[in-house]
Amino acid sequence: MTTLPATTGKKLGLVIDLDTCVGCQACATSCKEWNTAGYSAPLSDQDPYGADPHGAWLNRIHSYDVGEGETSRTVHFPRSCLHCETPACVTVCPTGASYKRAEDGIVLVNPDMCIGCKLCSWACPYGAREYDYADGVMKKCTLCVDRIYNEHLPPEDRIPACVRACPTGARHFGDIGDPESDVSKLVAERGGYDLLPEMGYKPVNKYLPPRPRRDATTANPNGKAGVAPPKADGSLTERLFSWADQMLSR
Amino acid sequence: MHPAYSVIFFTTSSGAGYGLLAWLGVTAAFGLIPLHWAFGFVGLGVALTLVTAGLLSSTFHLGRPERAWRAFSQWRSSWLSREGVMAVLTYIPAGLLGLLWVFTEERGLVFAVLGLVSAVLSVITVYTTGMIYGSLPTIRAWYQPLTAPVYILLALASGGVLFHLLLAAFTQPTWGSVLTGIAAIAVALIAKRSYWSEVDTAAKTYTTEAATGLGKLGKVRPLDPPHSTPNFVMREMGYSVARKHAEKLRGMAIYLAFLMPVVCLALLPLLSPMGAVMVAFIAVACTAAGLFVERWLFFAEAEHVVMVFYGRERA
Repeated sequence: MTTLPATTGKKLGLVIDLDTCVGCQACATSCKEWNTAGYSAPLSDQDPYGADPHGAWLNRIHSYDVGEGETSRTVHFPRSCLHCETPACVTVCPTGASYKRAEDGIVLVNPDMCIGCKLCSWACPYGAREYDYADGVMKKCTLCVDRIYNEHLPPEDRIPACVRACPTGARHFGDIGDPESDVSKLVAERGGYDLLPEMGYKPVNKYLPPRPRRDATTANPNGKAGVAPPKADGSLTERLFSWADQMLSR
Repeated sequence: MHPAYSVIFFTTSSGAGYGLLAWLGVTAAFGLIPLHWAFGFVGLGVALTLVTAGLLSSTFHLGRPERAWRAFSQWRSSWLSREGVMAVLTYIPAGLLGLLWVFTEERGLVFAVLGLVSAVLSVITVYTTGMIYGSLPTIRAWYQPLTAPVYILLALASGGVLFHLLLAAFTQPTWGSVLTGIAAIAVALIAKRSYWSEVDTAAKTYTTEAATGLGKLGKVRPLDPPHSTPNFVMREMGYSVARKHAEKLRGMAIYLAFLMPVVCLALLPLLSPMGAVMVAFIAVACTAAGLFVERWLFFAEAEHVVMVFYGRERA
């Protein structure tokens, strides 16, 4: 059913740390690798070795240049399904293929019912849904529903593939609906925020903002830029080198 | 938004079909048109053919057209599903009306009620089509109160032009009907121009800074894209070919879909039967071409908020 559950038992989702993400794309490739054989299989590519390669990926990592001049910085920005609490992609679905799970809040597409009308992709402001040109149905992040409950995997692997792959620990998985969970504490501590909250879809995934920059203005509490060179002590050697410096500078 | 030709054909063709059905239903109910079986056969035949061709065309853009029947199930939440349900429901009174009109002499209350119900359901069906687009907050151009009414008014205007081709073929169009047809076109034009003015003047409040939540750190500029060639999202949502020609295309749409049909309709009562058919046919051809341009622009001019992640500064 595309009508939404009134409440969900859990609010499983991701917390993404924009401070530590290095934009290595490991989460994206790991996601593609797992999901092309998992619940959403296949994730097809078109013209993979040609002039216009493209394909269905469930995770996209942008890199942005943020700020001006000395204080500007690079922020890597992973973008995937936010498993919204009130997702329009689900309610617009005419077939019931899209649904939000009452038990854990994961938003899924049933690939056997999807007609590939693409209306869900129009309804999503986050670009989370991609059409699979070969399979003719919509693909999206499943929060690795086939890993997180999979008792055939060792416990440490029962997390989404992107979280498992992240080399800097920039991705965290857990129940954001439980205020005592590690992810909720992290969100509270670091001021995690929603993307485009004004759209009203109540994203579950949270983003942790980059920490304040430690640069010339923040590393020096006295406010002086840089480190002052050591003062000359006026010894004979020092004067010799100073003379040599002047001679050589001619 | 990428303009899919199957969807352009679907919305214009079924829109005109439902518009014609509404004109036929109302005028038949009040006995304002020839109630000869042949008029009903041709009139309802044209209307239902356009509707059916449009609906079939709409399945061509599906990835899995063989599963299209599933789209009737989610009418509780989905405007697309509601549209499918209403389209099928409308066939019932329209089909019964056709049976009575062509095969019986019944022209009484049942006939009139079926005519009016067909007209009402036609308008509701076109409304559900408009709401598919009008209910998406992600696309500012469409998320405005005029989107669905414009769909209805354009359906009635184009259906009215078709209606007058039928009248010209079977009888002499009267000033009364011609003026009603012109009024329908005029109202549609006013609504469409307000729609365009809303598209042009609405504040674009979604920025890359707001979407990424990084605005407090300063201006956000794309540095490295996530992929080297456009993905589905960019292909579907990032269509921007038409915008620089939008003004010219709007003018072309106004000329073809509104001004030409008005002139043609105004001539109909003055012409010989043969001349009237030819002029009415020109009006239909112009309307079809004009609405194709109008509908193409409807998609091509619509900007999706997701593109602010991909370097568009505002949406």
